[in-house]
Amino acid sequence: MIAPAVFGIVVFTVIPAIQMVVWSFYDINQLNPAKTRFIGFGNYTRIFQSADFTRALVNTGVYTFWTVVVIMALAILLAVWLGTKRDKLSKFTQAAIFLPYIVSMVSIGLIFLQLMSPNYGLFNAILEAVGLPKSQWTQSSKTAMMSVILVAVWKAIGYYTIIIGGALQAVPTELYEAAALDNSGKVRTLLKITIPIISPQLFFVLIIMTIGSFKVFETIQIMTGGGPNNATSAAGGVVLLIIVGVLTFVYFRLLSRKVHYQ
Amino acid sequence: MYKKRQKVGKLISILIKIILCVIFLFPFAWMCSIALQTGVESSRAPITLIPAVPQWQNFVTAWKMAPFPLYLRNTLIIVAASAALQAAVMIPAAYAFARYEFKGRNLLFGLILIAFMIPVQVTFLPIYRMAGKLNLINTLWPQIIPHMTNAFGIFLLRQYFMQVPDELVEAAKLDNASDFKILRRIMLPMSKPAISSVMLLSVIGLWNDYFWPLMMTRSDEVRPLTIGIAALRDTEGNDSWNIIMAGNMILVLPLIVVYIFFSKYIINSFSYDGIK
Repeated sequence: MIAPAVFGIVVFTVIPAIQMVVWSFYDINQLNPAKTRFIGFGNYTRIFQSADFTRALVNTGVYTFWTVVVIMALAILLAVWLGTKRDKLSKFTQAAIFLPYIVSMVSIGLIFLQLMSPNYGLFNAILEAVGLPKSQWTQSSKTAMMSVILVAVWKAIGYYTIIIGGALQAVPTELYEAAALDNSGKVRTLLKITIPIISPQLFFVLIIMTIGSFKVFETIQIMTGGGPNNATSAAGGVVLLIIVGVLTFVYFRLLSRKVHYQ
Repeated sequence: MYKKRQKVGKLISILIKIILCVIFLFPFAWMCSIALQTGVESSRAPITLIPAVPQWQNFVTAWKMAPFPLYLRNTLIIVAASAALQAAVMIPAAYAFARYEFKGRNLLFGLILIAFMIPVQVTFLPIYRMAGKLNLINTLWPQIIPHMTNAFGIFLLRQYFMQVPDELVEAAKLDNASDFKILRRIMLPMSKPAISSVMLLSVIGLWNDYFWPLMMTRSDEVRPLTIGIAALRDTEGNDSWNIIMAGNMILVLPLIVVYIFFSKYIINSFSYDGIK
């Protein structure tokens, strides 16, 4: 009964991943397979010397850092403030914040390209109306990263708000009552009680968010250079795999000591 | 004094909620507005908020820009076939992992969970080559078969199946019920919410998928809607936002309509993700 499931995972994930690791050590000749030869770390030295690759890597790192930090901070605030409220407007707001998460990146990308269009976009029209200077948004290398992060945060924040909100509901109310008796301020309660208690879920969110963000890297790399049928692409994929693996490992080591498991 | 402050606080809180709603909903309203504008309205400053005369024919124009009936058909086939295949693979696997003791069970379950962490961006190239060798590049198969194992679905369903009381299963076994019968008569009815959640998440993901079909296809014949819509921008350029947005609505509207009716249910499904 488990044979089809195991078959699917082995044939479409495990073997391809191993294949990519193997390929990354070969100089693959598409036209003449006989000329394909083992070159050790040749592909790796080549990609790390290529400006495109290192730029994609650095950009992905910056992008991941900021999306994770901003989403984490805002999602905790939103979940604490909105997550436990039961009135109609709060529920509607939650549903509204969540909506972008289920819409495809293609559609969202198109909508924001329009909103951020330097000439006919709505954002610049608003900036102009309130007397601020226009921005080039995605069209300029100075503001492109910020624009992409803005869209990523807008799209994903609803999801993380819901997850963290779910975790908050499991916090025993007696703890808050005790904190209130001690005259603990709201910020203190948040930092000293809420966050430590929901730290396992925050930890989970941190991992999936980071891995999710780093996936963008391979996409950027494919879009900007090389194309998929490129030997260095295998090395690039392995680098992604290693980064994801290392991040997961580091998180576990660093946070396992600080995270409170109940 | 205290009461007054409370009232002001409540007003501010309502105001913030309304602002949040505008921030997250307005871009979709804006898409609809542009989709109904004339080409001139959508590409001039100052911007047009509400079109003077709604241009419904934009949808016809967009629909004719590319083989959209074909794209839509492909998307529907890919979503339906992949979801059906996932269900057929996932349900027996989750049942076996939950109810049977066998050698290597934990190892295989661990394998499925670990493989789940490997992003498709790492695996698409060998799979594309595999499809090439099997002469399947110009078919829909490479966009269906590789999705067969839904690791998250197996994980979640297994939890549900484990919670079904042993006595029920034992009683059925005493009646000589087959595994198939136990699955159909006991397990499936008891885990309906989990199954429909998993399927819903899967269908939304498949409908929205862009990267995988982009990597797996080389011709229009087999491309889904997402690729067709994304390509509108290249063929139309930046001066026909009205047509691009009209096309975009074809992709977004079905999801939004479903969301309006089932938002609570969809949100709950996604929060299952967090249990992992």
